[in-house]
Amino acid sequence: MTDNTTPADEPLQAIEALADKEPSKPPRSRAKDVWDQFRKHKGATFGLGFLIFITLAVMIGPMLYDVDPQKPDIRNKNFRPIYVALWDADAKTGWLKPLGSDQLGRDQLAQMLSGGRASMAVGWAAMILSLFIGTAVGVAAGYFKRIDGLLMRTTDLFLALPILPLLLLAVTLFRQPLTASFGLEGGMFILIVTMIAVTSWMPTARIVRGDILAIKEREFVLAARSIGTTRFKIIRRHLLPNVLSPIMVSAALGLATAIITESALSFLGVGFPSDFPTWGKMLADAVVRMEEFPERVLLPGIAISLTVLSVNYLGDGLRDALDPRIRGR
Amino acid sequence: MLSYATRRLVLSIPTLLFISFVIFMLLQLAPGDPMAQVPLTVPPEVKQKMREALGLGEPPLVQYWKWLVQVFWTEPKVFIDWAFGTNMTEGAQRVISWQTRSPVMDIIIQRIPQTLWVVGTAYVVAILIAIPVGVYSAYKQYSVFDQAGTFVTMIGFSIPPFFTGPLLIVVFSVQLGWFPSIYDTTHVVNDWGSFKIQLQQMIMPVMVLALQITAQLSRYMRASMLDNLNQDYVRTARAKGLSEAIVVNVHVVRNSLIPVVTVIALGVPAIFGGAIITEQVFKVNGIGQLLITALFANDLPMVMTLTFIFAVLIVLFNLVADILYGLLDPRIRYD
Repeated sequence: MTDNTTPADEPLQAIEALADKEPSKPPRSRAKDVWDQFRKHKGATFGLGFLIFITLAVMIGPMLYDVDPQKPDIRNKNFRPIYVALWDADAKTGWLKPLGSDQLGRDQLAQMLSGGRASMAVGWAAMILSLFIGTAVGVAAGYFKRIDGLLMRTTDLFLALPILPLLLLAVTLFRQPLTASFGLEGGMFILIVTMIAVTSWMPTARIVRGDILAIKEREFVLAARSIGTTRFKIIRRHLLPNVLSPIMVSAALGLATAIITESALSFLGVGFPSDFPTWGKMLADAVVRMEEFPERVLLPGIAISLTVLSVNYLGDGLRDALDPRIRGR
Repeated sequence: MLSYATRRLVLSIPTLLFISFVIFMLLQLAPGDPMAQVPLTVPPEVKQKMREALGLGEPPLVQYWKWLVQVFWTEPKVFIDWAFGTNMTEGAQRVISWQTRSPVMDIIIQRIPQTLWVVGTAYVVAILIAIPVGVYSAYKQYSVFDQAGTFVTMIGFSIPPFFTGPLLIVVFSVQLGWFPSIYDTTHVVNDWGSFKIQLQQMIMPVMVLALQITAQLSRYMRASMLDNLNQDYVRTARAKGLSEAIVVNVHVVRNSLIPVVTVIALGVPAIFGGAIITEQVFKVNGIGQLLITALFANDLPMVMTLTFIFAVLIVLFNLVADILYGLLDPRIRYD
């Protein structure tokens, strides 16, 4: 009875358990969650930054530094990069050729930029094509039970193929007909991109199929089907967005493998023609004179390695960020 | 398990036949002509006869059939002859290399030891390094050792062998002069001194290959350890008072090794397949290098047989990996 003297002017307080809880913070979108988790991964942030930097550099660089990478300049051949002057005053350096020039006097900086352009273009194109094939096969196998067996046996068959020998084989065999019909560089580009894609889509297909098999039994797909959504709309609107995260992770890894494979082919001498620089080609050509001009091997080698390293870190970070089990922590 | 293994073995036969058919048909499309090197003064009818002598006169399907017979019937008989001194294949046609006009299998047998030595050693070294590294970095997750290990494995993933190879050559054989840059396959090991030379010439190719393989394996090992360390049976083992060393080294490591063993089995075909790029960089006279030279020389029987052998190994070790997985892990049932 003594506690009943509540002042009338105090607002009525609900019991704590029944009180409406104000949302403690504004609702967060999934993309923001993913981004926050991604940013925590230092390597991945570095990877993304470096990938953007190198992509911009090879895209815009040749416009800013418009020296023809193919133009021989015999008078100014065998320049060392400008930084060599720091410890070796007698070295043949000059601002004329910031990263030096090769035995024909072709500018190394321009070659690096346009070589990077070729390498990145092959990498991106092969990765996109391979993702496309992998996703198509995976979705088809997962969603349509009738062709599942056939498609998965085909995938197993491709997985049993010896990849690098076959790549070498195909590139050596089809080089002539394709270069005849699409021109030297165009033909090689189509050939290498197609071959890399054809030999690297299988992991994506397997992962996508597994996820589709699980997702298509969920209620929301049943709901979509029950209101008469067509099969292709179900795939496009309901299934594909849900398998986006494994696809993105394999995209990152695919880009790394594609760049390495292209460089390996160039290194073995079955890649692009020798007057068309790519990083792998520059490295391969420079190996014979590596003792006198180590930078000609180091620069493209470091460029390849850093690009692949950043892409691998990016994939690692993406995998963590897109995995809801890890993201919560 | 036995019925599963038999079923898989039987199933792998059509797979391999199909693969060999695909490779054969791919090679049929090859633009090169094995007669291209023959001088123009040779009259066309002689050229035609030479072509037929190489087995090129027949339609592709007949050629394919003959290749099959040679590989699956004649070559095993040759092997039996060689092993037991019998004489079954007198005058039988074997798969002949267009480059050397000698049987393909003989050349492959000559080349295999070099590849096995270099790539096999690298594989063993990589396993010996990767497993302890994986175990320790999982046990001390996010420690300095783990961070450094992750960084090194990332680098191992990312730096291609055609970059590390020349780099090592410049540092160790040009600047320091410790190791030879070219692998001498004619070198015979017969005493301590020659063994040391053999070791010196093997170190660099083995380093390049081992870096890559270690990177892959230690990541698998770490991931598998991390999965197992949080399991209930680990807590039980600790709760009953086992020492930490026994908990980790006996209970957890043994369970974590199961998936890693299958990954190791899956990598074995690569040992035989040779590391094409590394062999090329260090001039190791192995299988990978044989394939490259055969490709450039348009030696189709050699390319065909080598690629097919790789495919056989891949299919076989896929099977081995699956069976091993079933044998090691009683929870897996293939029925």
